[in-house]
Amino acid sequence: MAKSPPGPTRTRVCRRYPVLSSLVNTRIAPSARQQGDVVRVRGLTKSYPAVRARRGTAATPEIRATDDVCLDVGRGEIFGLLGPNGAGKSTLVRQLTGLMRPDRGSVDILGHDIVRHPERASRILAYLGQQSTALDELTVSLAAETTGRLRGLDLRRARAERDAVLEELGLAPLAARPLKKLSGGQRRLACFAAALVGERPLLVLDEPTTGMDPVARRAVWAAVDRRRAEHGTTVLLVTHNVIEAETVLDRVAVLHRGRVVACDTPAGLKAEVAGEVRVDLVWRDRPPLEVPEVAALHGRATESGRRWTLRLAPEEARAVVSTVTGGAAFAALDDFTLATPSLEDVYLALGGDAQGLVKA
Amino acid sequence: MASAAPAGTLPAGPGAAPDTGREAVALGPRARLWPALAAVYKAQLSRARVARIPLLFVATFQSIGIMILMRGVVDDEAGARAVVAGSSVLVVAFVALNLLAQYFGQLRADGGLDHYATLPVPPAAVVLGAAGAYASFTVPGTLVTAVSGCLLFGLPLGHLWILAAVIPLAGAALSGLGAALGLLAPRPELATLLGQLGMSAALLLGVLPAGRLPEVVRLARDLLPSTYGVEAFARTFGGHPDWTHVLVDLAVCAGVGLASLAVATWAYRRAAVR
Repeated sequence: MAKSPPGPTRTRVCRRYPVLSSLVNTRIAPSARQQGDVVRVRGLTKSYPAVRARRGTAATPEIRATDDVCLDVGRGEIFGLLGPNGAGKSTLVRQLTGLMRPDRGSVDILGHDIVRHPERASRILAYLGQQSTALDELTVSLAAETTGRLRGLDLRRARAERDAVLEELGLAPLAARPLKKLSGGQRRLACFAAALVGERPLLVLDEPTTGMDPVARRAVWAAVDRRRAEHGTTVLLVTHNVIEAETVLDRVAVLHRGRVVACDTPAGLKAEVAGEVRVDLVWRDRPPLEVPEVAALHGRATESGRRWTLRLAPEEARAVVSTVTGGAAFAALDDFTLATPSLEDVYLALGGDAQGLVKA
Repeated sequence: MASAAPAGTLPAGPGAAPDTGREAVALGPRARLWPALAAVYKAQLSRARVARIPLLFVATFQSIGIMILMRGVVDDEAGARAVVAGSSVLVVAFVALNLLAQYFGQLRADGGLDHYATLPVPPAAVVLGAAGAYASFTVPGTLVTAVSGCLLFGLPLGHLWILAAVIPLAGAALSGLGAALGLLAPRPELATLLGQLGMSAALLLGVLPAGRLPEVVRLARDLLPSTYGVEAFARTFGGHPDWTHVLVDLAVCAGVGLASLAVATWAYRRAAVR
């Protein structure tokens, strides 16, 4: 884990993404972008060494958890890292928050070199990790207050901010309950509340809405939007939820095996696969392969249980729909949907395997 | 950084000169040692209400049970003093060493340390706050054990105030050791095992009267930090305690406490950034 000299890495030219759009992000005021990037990542690489087989564990080869990652996140942006489990999202975020030292590359957050001074990250950003163990046995109120105090607030201020944040997120009725006794979504919301106490210009949120109901999700995004409007807060969001990514993100970097394979606005990315539509067919018990048109589709469909997913040109999709909505095929059909491409389709088009992505 | 507390807001300073060719934004405030320590201590203490009370009962009943067992074995006054002092300090070992090792082992294993590591808090505040809270958990159990022991063996209650020094000093030594074991153990099971072993050592070497132990075991007894707390406490049961010896024992305890807390702080730093 030798630290590379900062000079050469900074001048290296980043590999261009396969999908690189010149579209101007419409959701950020141009003035905000001109104030410069909040996060600049160049050539960030981190490998986990190969592990030899031991009793009970198989050998694993060397894994590049992040591989030459380059990113720029502008002020006030909600920037997403999208990819299935194991794509390297959390490893990347751990390097940005100073929790892990990269093998190579640079991380600059608001002018501070985080690779050389990892301890400064804690004074620039608030991090919501996936684990809540450190807070689990505290009450919601004490978790928020303690986090605020450890973020350098005095007692009076920590309590004032705690009350404001709990009120804002609708957690006030749960304030006296220990996190351990809450449901998964409520606990996650309480941890999010703790992350908000003691304002920071950058929020790094690792799957913040996991397990939350729609009300809690709305509370999270409303709180994020308010901070962005009032303080120009920047958000770096890790997600494997494509629907969330499409609705809340200004820009998204798609990660696949530690590499950024695309980086653009959700609309810009979807434009890359605009020529295709997705047809989902759900059969009652088994597909009617005796119908020749259906048999012809068999090889091209991605099957999962009784569901077939097809990516087709629009006129082809129309033909398929008319086939399956008439005759013998229709008798075997339970449900079908025709949809314009989502970020999941983008991910697939980029060579990814969308198994680990969530659509909810 | 409109929200930064005025007292803590500092410009980036000479050490934080922009080294990336663009102007660095001022850093947020840093949590100072004592307020941060107080916050961690308070938070840890509140955990007792949720999770620790049953375990405190276990610690106390275990010690009282041992004293009842030993009553049939010990027939002299010196032995009785050793048993009562050893059992009382065993409560400290159970909670401060064993439970704290498990806590930090667990926290480290499942990423809970990330929470503290991404807050601008001095490592010493986290370790000392948790160690202090765990040492505080032991107070009721130790008192109950000491009083029951004195009544059981007919020892004087007059000098029990010495516990006000024995608990924090033995607590510092043992919780520092517990935190270090928990933070250094590569796996949480190993942290639990080491904590249990440490407690067993405190049980065997602390409760059994030293005079009856073989030479090798007596050497191990001298290496265990809790021994000095036990000895200091045991000496005060006499009619005219040798206060110099008591002070020396407590000083050793304090020295070991400082050293083990320093090691624990180092272990925390090491565990926080991987």
